[in-house]
Amino acid sequence: MRPFARLLAACAAALAFVAGAPAQAGGAITIVAAADLKFAMDEIVAAFRAERPEARVDVIYGSSGKFHTQIRQGAPFDLYFSADIAFPRALEAHGLTAGPTRPYAVGRIVLWSSTHDATRLTLADLADPALGRIAIANPRHAPYGMRAEEALRAAGVWEALQGRIVQGENIAQTAQFVQTGNAGVGVIALALALNPTLAQAGGYHLIDDALHEPLEQGFVITRRAADNALAHDFAAFMDGPEARAIMTRYGFALPGEAAR
Amino acid sequence: MAIDALSTADWAAVWLTLRLATVTTVILLLVGTPLAWWLARTRSRWKGPVGAVVALPLVLPPTVLGFYLLVAMGPQGPVGRVTEALGIGLLPFTFAGLVVGSVFYSMPFVVQPLQNAFEAVGERMLEAAATLRAGPWDTFFTVVVPLARPGFVTASILGFAHTVGEFGVVLMIGGNIPERTRVVSVAIYDHVEALEYAEAHLLAGGMLVFSFVVLLALYTRKGVKAWR
Repeated sequence: MRPFARLLAACAAALAFVAGAPAQAGGAITIVAAADLKFAMDEIVAAFRAERPEARVDVIYGSSGKFHTQIRQGAPFDLYFSADIAFPRALEAHGLTAGPTRPYAVGRIVLWSSTHDATRLTLADLADPALGRIAIANPRHAPYGMRAEEALRAAGVWEALQGRIVQGENIAQTAQFVQTGNAGVGVIALALALNPTLAQAGGYHLIDDALHEPLEQGFVITRRAADNALAHDFAAFMDGPEARAIMTRYGFALPGEAAR
Repeated sequence: MAIDALSTADWAAVWLTLRLATVTTVILLLVGTPLAWWLARTRSRWKGPVGAVVALPLVLPPTVLGFYLLVAMGPQGPVGRVTEALGIGLLPFTFAGLVVGSVFYSMPFVVQPLQNAFEAVGERMLEAAATLRAGPWDTFFTVVVPLARPGFVTASILGFAHTVGEFGVVLMIGGNIPERTRVVSVAIYDHVEALEYAEAHLLAGGMLVFSFVVLLALYTRKGVKAWR
């Protein structure tokens, strides 16, 4: 029986190890955010943490459509920042949110390249096969991909690009295809092109926002976080001057401001 | 029924997946057979390291392989420079690129059953063949291959099925191009993300049935000892 007892003790120790996530004194929230927010949200969370050092704030980035599906299936997320306001509105319609959907920004799309001078590119230039592959986010479920397809169609180059378009799972993967040089040009979020790492690698061309539906973005507090004070505090922080300044710096137009 | 239910885009994904798995399996049998033979016979001190490298995809997350392949096959990567210099162009987002990724990813599933089968042939059979004046090639094709046949069958089935089940590597180096890099697993992911659950169910259910049938065939085969 001795080895068996030792095995039991080892199992108990392993269970104690995996079970041991102590409660956070200052509260805890898990935020899921569209991939275009990657750099801006990192800064906003850092600013929030500076005011609330005892709080635990986890952020997960990915495609808005995926998070929408996961929240509908009961994922343990407290705040949901979507690149398309339609997704949180759909959650709201299903009674899965605490309170209404709040618009937080309007996004912009740009042409960006690490191998060509994108500042001199226009949408019409993309038809030139010498530019190589064109990366966009998946137009079926990534908001930035939907707007990219609309803009390319409006510019009359969509048909000519068939066979050269590669799709990222979200806008950050799309940028990564271009950054590694595997795609010559990408249609990515202005917010990503303005990040220092990507800005070093290449310039961008702002796509006329008359060519696509607006990238109106919204967030919600999920139903499970209705009584989570920290979640409500973070939502209020998004409206504050500090967060708004960060968002503006990353190229987002903010609600309540004149469109640029 | 499924023929009408699946869209042409989904059928293209099914066909592409089967093509990818077939090409990968054929290449792996060609590359894996000599490699497995060497691993089974050698007394070299390199046997351990080479065996470990072959087995790496069993334990590594596909993201590791996908990340390194994307960077290595890109225009700044060593492989990308070679393929560009050869006029082949860049491999990411191409069918050839997926084949390269799949060959690495499914390698242990072909090499290990072959190696086990070759080891089971035994020294005495080879010595007997040698005393009958059979050359090494002759011995291999008339003695070893027939004896190791179950190993070849297992290796082919596992290599094929594992490539069909690939997802992470393809997502990272594929770019989701219809008829070229959008395989079934990625198509399912897209359907789920787009909330098209009915379409996702059809493809996912098909995968489930396919995988079950393959494993059933594998485990109920006569002389199943060759597995392991």
